[in-house]
Amino acid sequence: MINGLVSKRYQASVFVFTAFFFLFWLLPLFVISILAFNNADYIGFPFKGFTLDWFFGSGNRVGVFHDADLLQALFISIKTALLVSAVSLFIATAAVLYFEKAKSRFKDFLYYLSVSPLIIPGVILGIALLTFATTILYFFQDHSSIDLSDYLSPGFWLVVIGQISFVTSYSMLIVQSQMKKFDKTLEEAALSLKASRFEVLRYIVVPYLKPSLIKAFLAGFLISFSNFNTTVFLVGSDPTLPIYLFSQVKYNLTPVVNAISFLIIFTITAFAFLNFLFGKE
Amino acid sequence: MKSDCSKNRLLLIYGLIVVGWIFMLIVLPHTGLFLSSFTNDDGKFTLANYLKFFNQKIYYKTFLYTFFNGILIAFFSFLISMPLAFFLTKNIPKKVSNFLLTILLIPLGVGELIVVYSWMVTLSDNGLIKHSLQILGIDVPKLLNTPFSMTLGFVYISLVFMLLPIMQSLENLDNCLVEAALDLGASKFTIIKRIIIPFAMPGIVSGTIMVFTMVIGDFLVPNILGGKSALWFTEIIYNNFLTTLNWNLGSAFGFLLLLGSVFVIWLLIKITGQQYEKVVK
Repeated sequence: MINGLVSKRYQASVFVFTAFFFLFWLLPLFVISILAFNNADYIGFPFKGFTLDWFFGSGNRVGVFHDADLLQALFISIKTALLVSAVSLFIATAAVLYFEKAKSRFKDFLYYLSVSPLIIPGVILGIALLTFATTILYFFQDHSSIDLSDYLSPGFWLVVIGQISFVTSYSMLIVQSQMKKFDKTLEEAALSLKASRFEVLRYIVVPYLKPSLIKAFLAGFLISFSNFNTTVFLVGSDPTLPIYLFSQVKYNLTPVVNAISFLIIFTITAFAFLNFLFGKE
Repeated sequence: MKSDCSKNRLLLIYGLIVVGWIFMLIVLPHTGLFLSSFTNDDGKFTLANYLKFFNQKIYYKTFLYTFFNGILIAFFSFLISMPLAFFLTKNIPKKVSNFLLTILLIPLGVGELIVVYSWMVTLSDNGLIKHSLQILGIDVPKLLNTPFSMTLGFVYISLVFMLLPIMQSLENLDNCLVEAALDLGASKFTIIKRIIIPFAMPGIVSGTIMVFTMVIGDFLVPNILGGKSALWFTEIIYNNFLTTLNWNLGSAFGFLLLLGSVFVIWLLIKITGQQYEKVVK
């Protein structure tokens, strides 16, 4: 708090600005959450009454829990996100330890490259990965009998590979911010007590990094789960949830989209508040 | 001696993982994109893809439109983020501001597609805003599929990326500086211009870079909120890859987008006199 800035008028303007901002901030999420329970076949207002049809309906109105395509897309998204986040975390941790310890001349150069996905537009990453994967695929098909089309033609595995490329950068930054605070004397003490390098990693570094590893895993999961710009170029016949919802919004919009949006908004909000109430940071 | 050996072995493994990730998933795909942009359908070298960009008005006009809007939206984001960041770090109690920060991050977790869709419904002809104003007897012009809805959507999805770096810079601002200036009779405008803005500059620059690259590389906002009149450069790339299947032309456009954004980032860092290292980290 700044002492000179406690006048009533100033405090009031802070309050009004912040209140209006948060009203704007929550407006769209609030609107969708209400409309998910609207007893009408159209999207939007007027509000015709409360219904749970868009969640549990199985007759004329097919709800979220009976919509096979939607559930399939949700399942694929969760599977993709778990896999991407786990692999990314593994690479990211190795990267943090490498940038911490290495004395190579190329270290800075490699570091800039490793954070570049943060500022390369997602669309470009998507088309680059698609072009590259296709080139490799054709190369192997033309010059050998190896068929990699399960992995490198648009589909589940290409999405996984593609998302790892940028999710790793985010995970790396999260783990790195904790590694910077690591007390190196702990490591030196363990080494002088004849612990091997691997034991230091296993019993000291990894337990120390654990909170940031969990944080990075969750962040990676969410980034992968909601990615559209890169993923859209890599999907095949089995779309992830954002891709599936996009095609619904564009060509076949029903209030079911409101219902699944509500479920996701609700889950994220609940987690955010739990984290706020019980989290340490 | 022995521990040195095993240290090198672990470090080598880290290094291999990092180099594998950076080269296979970042460097080589972009090199592939670059080569593909100079290739014609028969696999021969050509400049035709780039010439097409300069010869057809719709391409370079859309390119300039996209870049101009990217800068404009970064500026709008800054106008909202700057006071908000100051209030959240300096005027609002820590506990409350942490709670507000939790709310601020919710749309990020919910994911871009659902957020953009929510704005589409909110702004549509039977969305909340138009509907409630019509009940009050106020006639409003069309909101969805206008430059207004597109700008709003862009500011909404990118704001956090401007706000967080500025807040980080302001955390380090010593309140005594502002108090001293107030004691010496400086006006609020002078304090903002001479103390707060210069202090927040590293955050402003990295925020601007994040917002700018995010906006020019985005596909969902122009596609869902922008309407048919506002063509975005990523939409042209998307069409080349997924509709007309002219990958080489799409690659050239992708590469131009990348080159353009690198140029703008470089220019921004030069103009503001920031150091690249500071901005990236």
